[in-house]
Amino acid sequence: MKIRVVLPPHLRTLAHVGSELQLEMNTPPTQRSVLDALEAAYPMLCGTIRDHVTQQRRPFLRFFACGEDFSHESPDTPLPDAVVNGTEPLLIVGAIAGG
Amino acid sequence: MSRVRVLAGTRKGAFILTADGKRDQWDITGPHFAGWELYHLKGSSADPNRLYASQSSGWFGQIIQRSDDGGKTWFQPGTPPGEATTGPGGMPKGESNKFLYDTSAQTGKPLTTHQWYDGTQHPWEFKRVWHLEPSPDNPDVVYAGVEDAALFRSNDGGKSWQELSGLRGHGTGPKWQPGAGGMCLHTIVLDRQHPGRIYTAISAAGAFRSDDHGANWRPINKGLHSQYIPDPTAEVGHCVHHVAASPRKDLLFMQKHWDVMRSDNGGDSWSEVSGNLPTDFGFVIDVHAHEPETVYVVPIKSDGEHFPLDGKLRVFRSRSGGNEWQELSKGLPEKNCYVNVLRDAMCVDNLDSCGIYFGTTGGQVYVSPDGGDHWSAIVHDLPPVLSVEVQTLP
Repeated sequence: MKIRVVLPPHLRTLAHVGSELQLEMNTPPTQRSVLDALEAAYPMLCGTIRDHVTQQRRPFLRFFACGEDFSHESPDTPLPDAVVNGTEPLLIVGAIAGG
Repeated sequence: MSRVRVLAGTRKGAFILTADGKRDQWDITGPHFAGWELYHLKGSSADPNRLYASQSSGWFGQIIQRSDDGGKTWFQPGTPPGEATTGPGGMPKGESNKFLYDTSAQTGKPLTTHQWYDGTQHPWEFKRVWHLEPSPDNPDVVYAGVEDAALFRSNDGGKSWQELSGLRGHGTGPKWQPGAGGMCLHTIVLDRQHPGRIYTAISAAGAFRSDDHGANWRPINKGLHSQYIPDPTAEVGHCVHHVAASPRKDLLFMQKHWDVMRSDNGGDSWSEVSGNLPTDFGFVIDVHAHEPETVYVVPIKSDGEHFPLDGKLRVFRSRSGGNEWQELSKGLPEKNCYVNVLRDAMCVDNLDSCGIYFGTTGGQVYVSPDGGDHWSAIVHDLPPVLSVEVQTLP
C-alpha cells in the first residue's frame, strides 16, 4: 500500500522532496511504522521528527489526519482507513509558535 | 592577493561574506539553511573548502551540514543528495545528526546526572551543537561541543560522532549546572603547540584540559573567583564565557561571566587582567594573529543588561596582555546601540594586517582590517548573529 505523507516545509527542504511524498509500506500503518518507513527512505530526517534515543515525538510537532489530532495516541495505534487506502495524507505539522 | 571568507551563523540561517585582502568590498551569499538557527560554522585549515555547520531548530532538533566546496553546496555528511540512503552493510545514513552520550559499561555508566537549577540532579539530555572545531591537520576530524555539555569527535568528516566521555567522567560532572543559556560546551581550543592538548569551556562549569587527545581531563580553574557561587574559588561551577589561545605557547585569555583573565601556563592558574575596562562582563575574547599579547574584548554592561555601556558599541584592545585597555570606537555606533555580542561571534584573520571581526545580536557584522583602529559594517541587517568565523584563503 502507498501512504501519503505531508512534511513541514523545513523538512521538505532537508529531504529534497515536494509538498507531499508517498511511502510504500508492507506493514499496517501506524505512527511508528510510517515514521520508520519515512526515516528509512529519507535518513536525513532521522532525529528531526522524534528523538534519536527516546523515539518520542518532538514537542513542537503534531500528527494530523482526517481532521483529527493523533499526536497523543499510542504510536502503535492503527491510522485511519482513509490514510491506509491513500485517500487522505498523514500530516506532520510544525507548531505555530512565537506569538 | 589573499582573500578572506567570513562564516556568519544567525538565528535564521547562515551567511558567507567574502572579500579580497583589502577587506573593503564584500560579496554576500545566503541565507543558507534559511529559517534555521546556525549556532556555528567553521572551516578546516587543512582543507579550506571543507566547512562544517551546526543547524538546529526548536522544532526539528540538530542537523550537521558539510560543504566540500567552500560553502557553494551543502549536504548532511553521509547523505549527499541523490545517493543511496544506506551505506555499506546497510547502515542507515543520517547518522550525522546523532549525538549519543556514552552509556557503555566501561566508561559511560556513571555519567548519568548533573546539577539542575534547583540543586537536584538531572539527566543529561542532548539539545544541540554549540561549536564545531575542525582539526588543523585532518579535514575529516572535527570536534563538537554540545548542550548538555559534552565533547564529541568525528573521524569520518561528520558522518558519525563518538563522545569523548573522559570529560564528563573525570569526576566533577555531577557538579556542573546550566547557565542561563543552558549547560553548553561552547569553546574548543586545539593547541597546535602541544600535540594532543585540548582546552574546553563549559557554562557553568569552567575550563578543562586534556593532554592526551581528549581521553583524560581535569578542571583548570585555579585563580577564578566567582561571587555568584557558594564557594567563589570552587574547582568547578564558574561561568566561563569564552577562552582564546594566543600564538605564544601556553598563553590563554578568558572572558568569564565577570572578569577578564589570563593564564601563562596552559590554564594551570589564572590571574585577572580586567584593569581599566569600564565593565569586565562580556562574552567574546580573541587574540591578534601575530601579536601574542594583543587581546580584544567587547565589554557589556552587566549580566542583567546585555548591551554596551551608555549605548556606545566599543571594542577594547590591550597590547600588554591585559590590564591596560584602549577603547576602539572609530566606525562603531556612538549612541543608541543596545546590541549584544555573543561568545562565538568574534574572530581574527591571518593576513599581515590582522583583521578583527565581530557580529551583533542586531544583525551587524563589523570588520577592522587594521587590528582594531578602524571599523566598518560589512552588513547591517542580518538576523541576530550567533557566531562569526573567518578563513584566510590564498
